[in-house]
Amino acid sequence: MTVHSTSPQFKQNAAQALNDSQLQKALGNVKQGFIDKRQMAADKLPEFEALRDSARDIKNHTLQHLDLYLESYEAKVKASGGHVHFARDAQEARDIILSICREVDAKTVTKGKSMISEEIGINHHLEENGITPVETDLGEYIIQLRNELPSHIIAPAVHLNATQVEEDFRRVHTHLDAKRDLSEPVQLLTEARAVLRERFLAADVGITGANFLVAETGTSIIVTNEGNGDLTQILPKTHIVLASIEKLVPTLEDVSQLLRVLARSATGQELSVYTTFSTGPRRSQDADGPDNYHVVILDNGRSSMLGTAFEEMLRCIRCGACMNHCPVYHAVGGHAYGWVYPGPMGAVLTPSLIGVDKAGHLPNASTFCGRCESVCPVRIPLPKLMRHWREREFERHLTPATVRSGLQLWGFFAKRPALYRTATRIAMGALALAGRQRGRFSWLPMAKGWTKYRDFPAPQGETFQQRWKRERKGQAA
Amino acid sequence: MSAVQFQDRPAKPRVGLFVTCLVDLMRPSVGFAAVKLLEDAGCTVEAPVQTCCGQPAYNSGDRGTTRDLAMQVIEAFQGFDYVVAPSGSCAGMIKAHYPELFEEDPNWRAKADALAAKTHELTSFLVDVLGVTRVEASFDGAVTYHDSCSGLRELKVKAQPRKLLASVEGLTLVEMKDSDVCCGFGGTFAVKYSDISGAIVDAKARNVEEAHAPTLLAGDLGCLMNMAGKLSRDGKPVQVRHVAEVLAGMTDEPPIGAGKQPRGP
Repeated sequence: MTVHSTSPQFKQNAAQALNDSQLQKALGNVKQGFIDKRQMAADKLPEFEALRDSARDIKNHTLQHLDLYLESYEAKVKASGGHVHFARDAQEARDIILSICREVDAKTVTKGKSMISEEIGINHHLEENGITPVETDLGEYIIQLRNELPSHIIAPAVHLNATQVEEDFRRVHTHLDAKRDLSEPVQLLTEARAVLRERFLAADVGITGANFLVAETGTSIIVTNEGNGDLTQILPKTHIVLASIEKLVPTLEDVSQLLRVLARSATGQELSVYTTFSTGPRRSQDADGPDNYHVVILDNGRSSMLGTAFEEMLRCIRCGACMNHCPVYHAVGGHAYGWVYPGPMGAVLTPSLIGVDKAGHLPNASTFCGRCESVCPVRIPLPKLMRHWREREFERHLTPATVRSGLQLWGFFAKRPALYRTATRIAMGALALAGRQRGRFSWLPMAKGWTKYRDFPAPQGETFQQRWKRERKGQAA
Repeated sequence: MSAVQFQDRPAKPRVGLFVTCLVDLMRPSVGFAAVKLLEDAGCTVEAPVQTCCGQPAYNSGDRGTTRDLAMQVIEAFQGFDYVVAPSGSCAGMIKAHYPELFEEDPNWRAKADALAAKTHELTSFLVDVLGVTRVEASFDGAVTYHDSCSGLRELKVKAQPRKLLASVEGLTLVEMKDSDVCCGFGGTFAVKYSDISGAIVDAKARNVEEAHAPTLLAGDLGCLMNMAGKLSRDGKPVQVRHVAEVLAGMTDEPPIGAGKQPRGP
């Protein structure tokens, strides 16, 4: 276990989210912007679908030879003067990072956006040990001020509006003039920039994530739109790259293909504003860069997904398209999922990382509409993998008893067509009689979940099979 | 029907109608509309004894029951030239998912593959397989069409119903916003996560209403019951029907959830 999870309370979280009018308004923006922009970017690139195939193949190949590529990457980083640390779990990763920070007597640590750092809860751990972590991605900075988890993997503060951000800034930036004007978003941005600039200059250590780790060169790559990642990794004396094992990619050529689908799928950009490559510490001829370069590579349960049906999930390049297109995410937002990764990718990954006993709701809370799979740049069959989790739950008797017994009863009849015909004839006849006048029911026993929000249409009466038998008797059948 | 173009297929194809459990139990008129459309297009239609494709068990993680039901369907339908369902969801189950149920059983896998290859959603069968370009039907007024997810994404059903609707005399199709976004039904999802399902169908109902078409059509009864139930609960006077009813010109039955009295709050 890593960060505390409220995934077991998914239903309560969801109900709360649905009643949060501010959140609902903010989620409306997700529905609009991301989807249209991705579609436009995809339409403009004739080879987009072929690139998705290629992206899938590159990741599959890497995962099949992951040991090889991890070793090759490690050797290249060492050769360039850096250090590689392998962390089996969150605790090991936290210990490694803390000890690097202590070695350089760090007081403050700046951070580029990293979901892995959320996964291992590094901020809390550093604070407990007297080191101040400062998030430098604007969205991450805002949620850090609010002591929240990101609600989206590429737009961490998408659940908030400008007024909330203004309140947070006024609450925290008390050294600034209380009467300053923050009514425009650009004023918020300017203030954040000024505050963060000080932090960048003061930081002893910079921690970034990685979108890709290149085995061929020992390079780590981040994509950002704010440039904060560059300042995080260039200004402090020590740079720590924190990434999970599946970020490996064989070559720069492979990266160039993956980059072509990543930003398009995420934000509809052809490329993000910054795509930053870093290889080892500063060399003598370099204008800038850190003196110490560390890479912490986290497993945290991922290697046990290799060779299973869930290996496909490790292709994920964290673009967020699945959640941007998900009707369930649109309805409840990211926090309802109760852990680090929301939306369809979270519904598959979270049970792998924290256990399906805790995260069982997530793969069940899907209509299987398939829109996530239809936009995934690496073609992860997300509904299929969610169904796999449901199968594991069924096998382990984690499926709720009511669902299980309901299924059993239905299955009993469905496997006996003659009995089924008689039983349904009687049941539908009765139901039709009861609902004949209105043609629908506002309430039905055992169907409260349905009738809470909608009527249940009454059946016509005679079943198809009954009428077919009656009308077509004697005909060729 | 005069405009039917026969392609490379049996002169009078023998079609097994997979009526689907929902149509069988809730709205048999959809099944008879499908029969009419298929017979008009020159098919012989039979409806062998059947229950369900097994999707509720499949999506609940119960592979054992799913396999039993799939074998039952395979045996009942293997003798037909084609299997047609008035549902993208059930046809998708047979076409896209039956084969993967028998990955470790080559004999059944072969049978599942064979059935999958000849199974089609109704409008897609008419247009893509039989080459039907128009139907003999009339319908007075504007309709809007919801693309049900399984048909749309598993079977690529999108143009086919629209093509056939365009030939219905007196009918105009008004596209709603986000017609390809889920209605929130999702089978047992609608009951298990009713709060979320309720929110999703609420958004759908608003898009339907904003299309200002008096009739809503779709190709899957589950989605239709969900949307009809929501529209009637909210007092929206939209009539809801399966697309087959309109294409077959069989709209005498009251719309879904409407009963004998006129629809109102």
